[in-house]
Amino acid sequence: MAASSAGLCAVVRSIKNKRSLHFLSFSSQNVHNNIFSGSFGTSACHHAKPQIKRKASSRLVGVVGLEIHAQIHASTKLFSSSQVCFSSPPNSSVSFFDASLPGTLPVLNRRCVEAAVMTGLALGCTINKRSLFDRKHYFYADLPAGYQITQQRLPIAVGGRLTYSHLVSHKHSQVVDKCVRIKQIQLEQDSGKSLHDSYRSQTLIDLNRAVGVGLMELVMEPDMCCGEEAAAAVRELQLILQALDTCQGNMSEGQLRVDANVSVHRPGEPLGVRTEVKNINSARFLARAIDYELQRQMAIVESGGTVLNETRAFDFKSGQTVPMRDKEGLQDYRFMPEPNLPPLILYDRKTVPGHVDPRQVVLVDQLQEQLPELPRVTRDRLVKTYGILPEHTFTLVNTDGLADYFVDVVQQTRAEPKKVIGWVLNDLLGLLKQQYLSVSQSPVSASTLAELLDLLEAGHVSSPAAKLVLQELWKGSGKSARQIMDEQDLGLLRDRSEIQQICRRVIDSYPDEVGAIRAGNRNVLNKLIGQVRRETKGRADPQLVRTIMEEELSQALPPGQTT
Amino acid sequence: MLGLTIREVSQALRENQVSPTELCRRCLEQVKKTRYLNAFITVTEDQALRQARESESRFLKGEPRGPLDGIPFAVKDNFCTENIETTCASRMLKGYVPPYTATVVQKLLDQGAVLIGKTNLDEFAMGSGSTDSAFGPVRNPWSYSAQYRERTGADPHSDWVITGGSSGGSAAAVASLSSFLALGSDTGGSTRNPGALCGLVALKPTYGLLSRHGLIPLVNSMDVPGILVRSVQDAATTFGVLRGVDIRDSTTVPHPPTPSVLSDDIDITKIRVGIPKEYHAPGLSPETLSQWGRVADLLERAGASVEQVSLPHTQHSIVCYHVLCTAEVASNMARFDGIEYGHRSTVDDSTESLYATTRHEGFNDVVRRRILAGNYFLLKRNYEQYFVKAQKVRRLIAQDFAQVFHAGVDVLLTPTTLGDAARHRDFIQEDNRTRSAQEDVFTQPVNMAGLPAVTVPTALSSRGLPVGLQLIGRALRDWQLLEVARWLEQRLDFPAIRLSRDASDVEREADFGVLISPARKTGRPG
Repeated sequence: MAASSAGLCAVVRSIKNKRSLHFLSFSSQNVHNNIFSGSFGTSACHHAKPQIKRKASSRLVGVVGLEIHAQIHASTKLFSSSQVCFSSPPNSSVSFFDASLPGTLPVLNRRCVEAAVMTGLALGCTINKRSLFDRKHYFYADLPAGYQITQQRLPIAVGGRLTYSHLVSHKHSQVVDKCVRIKQIQLEQDSGKSLHDSYRSQTLIDLNRAVGVGLMELVMEPDMCCGEEAAAAVRELQLILQALDTCQGNMSEGQLRVDANVSVHRPGEPLGVRTEVKNINSARFLARAIDYELQRQMAIVESGGTVLNETRAFDFKSGQTVPMRDKEGLQDYRFMPEPNLPPLILYDRKTVPGHVDPRQVVLVDQLQEQLPELPRVTRDRLVKTYGILPEHTFTLVNTDGLADYFVDVVQQTRAEPKKVIGWVLNDLLGLLKQQYLSVSQSPVSASTLAELLDLLEAGHVSSPAAKLVLQELWKGSGKSARQIMDEQDLGLLRDRSEIQQICRRVIDSYPDEVGAIRAGNRNVLNKLIGQVRRETKGRADPQLVRTIMEEELSQALPPGQTT
Repeated sequence: MLGLTIREVSQALRENQVSPTELCRRCLEQVKKTRYLNAFITVTEDQALRQARESESRFLKGEPRGPLDGIPFAVKDNFCTENIETTCASRMLKGYVPPYTATVVQKLLDQGAVLIGKTNLDEFAMGSGSTDSAFGPVRNPWSYSAQYRERTGADPHSDWVITGGSSGGSAAAVASLSSFLALGSDTGGSTRNPGALCGLVALKPTYGLLSRHGLIPLVNSMDVPGILVRSVQDAATTFGVLRGVDIRDSTTVPHPPTPSVLSDDIDITKIRVGIPKEYHAPGLSPETLSQWGRVADLLERAGASVEQVSLPHTQHSIVCYHVLCTAEVASNMARFDGIEYGHRSTVDDSTESLYATTRHEGFNDVVRRRILAGNYFLLKRNYEQYFVKAQKVRRLIAQDFAQVFHAGVDVLLTPTTLGDAARHRDFIQEDNRTRSAQEDVFTQPVNMAGLPAVTVPTALSSRGLPVGLQLIGRALRDWQLLEVARWLEQRLDFPAIRLSRDASDVEREADFGVLISPARKTGRPG
């Protein structure tokens, strides 16, 4: 056998018991109540009240930590000048270094360092002014050098936290703030991609991604307790990364890859044996995978079994996790300092040594100043500035461009922000979703919507008619809201005699209802008013309709009767 | 003509005494005449002649590029050369043709120097004899010198001596007058050791001054491209061309500005020379010891201050080197798995068995043993005990040097090797690891500290073989080191090699297959 693999035989087999003890006291879990019930998405834990006080120690709770690999949004790779491009032809974007040709050396990409620093700052991490690179060894066909360059000993950022909000209760109307600690952010290279062709017993290797695309590995402490929390944390992280433009954050394209470390234990006791769940390509599947895995482990523990320390893959078709034939297994990665990269030194403007060209270094304080507004801040600002509900701000901020659109409308209309939000979240977003359009592709611009809302606000058009105008605007004829309103005669009908005529016609057509009203059932009045609205296509001034209707009903009252 | 220094032959080219093409042809002929040395793995005849013609047209126009234009040179076969096979003397890379050229080689080509071939070495530069190559061992040209024959009466056929290593092919190429300059690599002495045993000036510059981009690594944190030439002046010229920051090697550093030509006569009375007492090592030959003393006296008599100094941690250097070297070897060799390039086994039952057999077939015992040891040292349970400890001692070794230099010493004078070159049949009585530990004892601590060092041919031993002494300088003060070496060189008057062996003898013997190693023809038995 090859000498090198002999070294691999002596693997360390004690990972199981090595974790330090975190006593996390998440109480009141009801996850185990619906073991294997199939309704995975609903096992969110915080809103479950401790209804029945069971003996505390007998309750199993979930403990979830995440390891997230975020591909750095950069035009070239971490250590080579190869282009980074999703879905480019296999092996078309591979430098000599990427293919690990002998004699090639890594050269660190400045953009990737900046991205990691910005991400660290946004997550409140301490930025290590000196960080180191290490080699992590394992044999795998899509890892051409036989090792990955990463930051095992001294990563670029440590000790941050991610605050995320979690919508709970049935209507998702209650916002709960949660926090997960970020252990560290490390820079590392992505590996290549293996495609296993079991039919031909072949493995095909694509090195486009290999030894190249910069990754930030974010390690989160096991501060979460269920799938929904983890999914919410990941969604918040996605937003932050997108706001920073350090990662595009698309999970289905592999730009954001999440592995979940899942275990169960009884509060007060050491953490249970964990499994690592991989192969998760959306936040929704993340929640399902974690909840499935928690329930699986709880069932094992409650039946007196032992959870195996293993890597499991999530099968989205069955909604289950299955053991993975693991390429890493219980392996000794034989970490070693990367000798071809000197320590990565970061500076502030004031600490740059005189002989160093400031353009050649990464300045932490400068990046701090350049940080854009983070999603959480944006949401708070929207609530404070416009008085809208916190839960509404999630959709605004989570939908690319929608918050800006909303603000644009608000600034151009006399309508109240509270009114605008309904139009933006329900009507505009509804139409966009129907046609799979992004906000930037909307045929109705913010100023057009603002004009329509002004007409509404000024009482020139009724709310139902305004919706018809919006439908027309959506067709993109280039006409203004007012033009459409005028042309299609959708303006508010305020002509007293005209409304009076319609009311009388309705009264005549509904003798039974009129009788009921006169017998004292005032509720039926609304039905008649609704009929008037239909006849006027919603154009009639509702206030005027009610007044006239009431007048007409009392006038037409036969002598001797009173209401 | 072929025995001239670069400076002299460059002058001859300028004065039109010889043309670059003629010079190149004569070197190629000499390569053929000395094929029995097994110095070259690949001879790039066609390309060399093309480059020589290009150089010639520059000379005809009166626009030569510099002191290296038209100068034939050889490169150790662990430097990548575009479109030229680069093997590291291993089955693993037989037939491997790199798509790019190492920075230091490119710099020579850019200067108009003419590449005549790639030279033999210990497989992946692991060795100190140039005896462990998949292409067979390299023979020291001095084995065939009049000097060796006359003084020992030895029969070179059976008593030929080794070149030292691992850059033995490069040393043999220059010593056998096949080229005026050769690149080696120096990780624990691999340039200086064969330089000394082949009677050459061999420079290992400060770590970081010469780019390693394209040098197939042995130990990244110690590897330095080395320069093998016939004079200190030539070493300085070549060093001047090769040094400089390379954006493709993040460990390169700028060199302080220096004059373009090495001073021929420095004021030696201003130089303080340290003699490290720990270098009186067991196994040091009496002849080398006496040469060491002679040169120290020479310096002292000329007015230099010569004093004994101590480098107390040097004794631990070899064992630390063993740990650090094998660890990096285990890591660096991981890429040779038969997937992307190089040898690939036909056993393909599984990816794992493909790896295992590819690596077993591709690497020799020496490489495999170092990989095994290195992986052992890097295991999580051993890392602190071996790797970290070795790094700490490495720091102490470097501090020893720093303290001596801080105290005002300019250069250290030491032996380069324990003695003169061993007969091949004696040398192979011990295994590669034992030999490396013995042979690298004086050269290797310098690599631990990243310092510059140069070996200067000093005298011939009683066997008529070269003995060299080493000068070690301060970090980044390579130029000063070379100036002292130049001063010494002028006073040592080392004799030129007299190659008595007639080419026709060799050709005749080669026809009978006597001298060409079987390994060369059939490949090393797996």
